[in-house]
Amino acid sequence: MPGQGLREGKEPRYQLGLQPKGFTDGKKIGKQTVVFHNRPVVLATASVAGPKEGKGPLGRYYDIVKEDTLFGERTWEKAEARLLEEAANLAVKKANLKTQEVDYLLAGDLLNQLIASNLAAREISIPFLGLYGACATMSEALTLAAVLVDGRYGKYALAAASSHHDSAERQYRYPTEMGNQRPPTAQWTVTGAGAALVGASGEGPVITCATVGTVVDIGLKDPNDMGSAMAPAAAETIWQHFQDTGRKPEDYDLIATGDLASVGKGIALDLLKKSGFHLGRNYTDCGVMVYDPSQDVQAGASGCGCSAIVFAGYLMKELAEGRIQRLLLVATGALLSPTSYQQGESIPCIAHAVAVENQRSVKGGAGIG
Amino acid sequence: MVDFLLAFAVGGAICVAAQLVLDLTKLTPAHIMVLFVSLGAVVSGLGLYGPLVKIGGAGATVPLTGFGHALVQGMLEDVRQFGILGLFSGGLRATAVGITSAVVFGYLMAILFNPKG
Repeated sequence: MPGQGLREGKEPRYQLGLQPKGFTDGKKIGKQTVVFHNRPVVLATASVAGPKEGKGPLGRYYDIVKEDTLFGERTWEKAEARLLEEAANLAVKKANLKTQEVDYLLAGDLLNQLIASNLAAREISIPFLGLYGACATMSEALTLAAVLVDGRYGKYALAAASSHHDSAERQYRYPTEMGNQRPPTAQWTVTGAGAALVGASGEGPVITCATVGTVVDIGLKDPNDMGSAMAPAAAETIWQHFQDTGRKPEDYDLIATGDLASVGKGIALDLLKKSGFHLGRNYTDCGVMVYDPSQDVQAGASGCGCSAIVFAGYLMKELAEGRIQRLLLVATGALLSPTSYQQGESIPCIAHAVAVENQRSVKGGAGIG
Repeated sequence: MVDFLLAFAVGGAICVAAQLVLDLTKLTPAHIMVLFVSLGAVVSGLGLYGPLVKIGGAGATVPLTGFGHALVQGMLEDVRQFGILGLFSGGLRATAVGITSAVVFGYLMAILFNPKG
């Protein structure tokens, strides 16, 4: 049963340097973690944010801040596709590459049939794999990009994710023009897109390992309180990451969950504390970083774009400037659909963890494998 | 002036009740709309909504509960006039002005403006 190990607070079963080689050649350790021995590099990232995000505390870290939320497009969906397209193109440009040189585009969003990603990929001719991981898409894309590059299936892979407040409201709740009230546990979907170009070699922080999450569902059904639903999935994945790698919370300068926001963040901390992992000042949540509480966003931010712009905009700069040496990005996703919600189904949730480290930290510190 | 204050008090009280349901329960706005129309109809059927309209005027007829009240009163009236078939004709007849204006003005607005959400 998912979550069993977390609740029992078992001791780590795997220690560094003790991995049997076996079938996966040491590329997989423990139950859910993959290790990238070839050290794929995050060569460049780009972030494009909406006006409300631009006015938030991290506003100055985004590459492009839009003045309105349609940017001349006719629909929210096309606007979201534009965000993704611009972020992807900018990341490629910042890495001094051409789109023809990029082997894969891994991208996802929150809309039906991944339409924002599909529309963006139509404009960018990079071989495209669409991903759905709800708001966990950024770390899912980073993980798979690292797998492809580390496995030498290509030299460059572009990982990207987007969300748009208005398209998400239409997708999941009500058209914004209905003016429905939002309860205090509700979160505000980020209008923004982030992209990260992962390459086989070069300058930049490296992706050392990633823990693929399992779907955790604790039976919550309120789509206006997804932070509470996702918190156990985040705690589960972080716990499993520590089990698999033998690392401890203090091995990371920062552990950032995706979009648990103020409600879910506390729950995740509590769950981890109960299983013996005390996350302190080195834990934060992207959902509480994007907006200032005065921006009337209830519990905080959410959406694929949330962890995407915080990672691509803020966290990567912190890594570049050495204020963070080792980061664990744990993007979190609520895998509900409007239909499943209407049918009374509870919300399945997921979280994937990706460790991104400065090359110095990898060589000097306790690496994995 | 007293009429205005009474309308404000009665209408406001109904809205406060709806807001409390929204804040304290998991019911969605759609649930609450249906709930309040039904509540208005039941209270009207029990003969209690009429006195409230006498006190509050538009404060009682404009909120959704007033729509339920109009449905039931229309039915009762048509049943008195035409017998049991009035159950099926009275509700729509009594609320025809509201329903038709919602359709007409909704349509006009949709022609004049582009939806932004």
